[in-house]
Formats: sequence, C-alpha cells, structure tokens
Amino acid sequence: MDITPALLISMVVLAVGTFALRMSGPLLRSRISFPPKVDKMMEVSAVVLLASLVLTTALTEGGVSAGIARPAGVVVAGVMAWRKLPFIVVVLSAAAVTSLLRLFGVP
Amino acid sequence: MEGAMVRDIALVCLAVGVIGISYGAIAVTSGFPLWFPVLLGTMVLAASSEFLFIGIVAAGGSPVAAVLAGLLVNSRHLPFGLAVPDVFGRGWRRLVGIHFMNDETVAFAVNQEDHDRRRAAYWACGLGILLCWPVGAALGGLIGTAVSDPDVFGLDTVFPAALLALILPAFNDPKTRRAALTGAAVALVTTPFLPAGLPVLLGLLGLLTIVRDKET
Repeated sequence: MDITPALLISMVVLAVGTFALRMSGPLLRSRISFPPKVDKMMEVSAVVLLASLVLTTALTEGGVSAGIARPAGVVVAGVMAWRKLPFIVVVLSAAAVTSLLRLFGVP
Repeated sequence: MEGAMVRDIALVCLAVGVIGISYGAIAVTSGFPLWFPVLLGTMVLAASSEFLFIGIVAAGGSPVAAVLAGLLVNSRHLPFGLAVPDVFGRGWRRLVGIHFMNDETVAFAVNQEDHDRRRAAYWACGLGILLCWPVGAALGGLIGTAVSDPDVFGLDTVFPAALLALILPAFNDPKTRRAALTGAAVALVTTPFLPAGLPVLLGLLGLLTIVRDKET
C-alpha cells in the first residue's frame, strides 16, 4: 500500500482531533465553574460511559452478537468483583472462562 | 503507590500490548508499512479508533471516512475530560497527561478514593499504555501473519472484565448505579443501528435519571 499524502494528513487530523476532544473537558472545567449538581453529573458520566462500554463490548462485536463465551466471562468477572476478589484474579478468571468455553466449541 | 495497584495496572498494560500485537499484525498484513501503525498508535493512543482507521483504509474506504469514524469513536474523550479534570497535572505535563486519556486510564482513576491516588493510577496506566501499545504494534508488524487470534485466549474478555471490576465500587452510590445501568441499556439497544462510538455516547442519556433529583 502506498502511503499517500492524503493518508498521512488523515493520520495527523485524527491525532489532532482526538487530542482536541481530550483537551476540551479539562479546558472547560478550568475556565467555567459549574453548579455542584452539574459537577456531580459530570463525575458520574465517566462511570456511565464505562458501563456503556462494558455492556456493548461484552455482548456485541461490530454491531452483532459477540456470542456466549465473552459475556459469560464478563459475568464471572462481575460476580467475582462484587465479592471483592482481587482485580488480577477477576480479570484472569474472566479470560480463562471465555477461552475454556471456546475450547469446548462455545461461540 | 502500593504493589497491588502496580500489579493491576501492569496486567492491563500487558493485555494492551498483546492487543497491540494483533493490531500491528493486521495493519502490516493489510499492506501498511511497519512504521504506520506504530506512529498512528503513538499519536492517537486510542485503540478502537486505530483498528477502525486501518480497517476502513485497508478495505478501500476514503481517508476522510476513516478520520470521521475514528473521531466518532473517540468522542467519549470529551465527557471523560469533564469527569476527571484533576488528574492531568500542570504545565507541559498537562499536555502529556491529556494525551494519556483513554478508557483504561479513566477507569483506574475513578476506582481510586483520594486525589493523589487517582492521579498516580492515571499516570502509571497512561505511561504503561504509551509504552506497551506502540511496542506491541511494532512486534505484531514484525511477526505479521504468524500471530494467532488473541480471542482464543479470551483476551477480548479482558477489557470489559477489567473495566467492570474498576467501576463496580462506584455502583455503591444508588444514583450512579441507576444512571450507569440506564445508560448501558440505551447504548446496548442502539448498538445494532448506529455507527461505532455513538451508542456509548448516547449512554450519557442515563444521566437524565438523576437530573431531577434534589441536591445531595
């Protein structure tokens, strides 16, 4: 594949655009002071976004179902984390459940 | 920073490195020169947008479409920045800290109780990913087609599992729990119909469940 100038410019635009998205939040927060209620909502938004990511990446791949093995692993992780098991145990068990299920032919 | 936190962050960074190997391998076997995924990975530092960018260009899509799709996936960084404005540091460090913003660094930050630990976890994870992601991409590009499918080892489960474990303590707050569960449901049901990135952003609608509550 030839790396055309257009492709190089696209790479730079994606990098600069992503940095601008990243910088907007801290810039806004340092320029404007929000009422406490809005502050609280912005704090909660990180957990809301991450929860949305967890559910969509656990259950879907490219807009369709990700099968059973992956969500099963994530459910195991959820139960173990809720029971306050160490993070490393939670994450490795989740991956183990998924890979074992796949080993036995579960999608 | 205590040992357990270092170990947890190292585990996630290692997994990022392994995904980086498959990202580099996909890029090079699709015809990109080795330096391209490494440079893209270092400059953008947001995995899913890079997979998408490489995939669209490799499939013959226009670079403009690849940029727009990548930016849409990365749009959640704006609310992330609003949520954790106090972890970036000052001066030139602040620019580096802002570049480190991604799902994992933010998740490690929200998992910590006090400000110093938030910042330490955020930076340690950011540095680890800045190291592991491009190095993984370079390794993957060099090994190329020899890379096996990381899904066999359940690596695709590692990220949702790790993020879930990190945000779960925040669910002790009933309002946070309600907003997060509602938002996640909105994201899930819109996923089949919308381009990547938008459903997660729509998850923010979950915040409407707490907007009317009295001050706490």
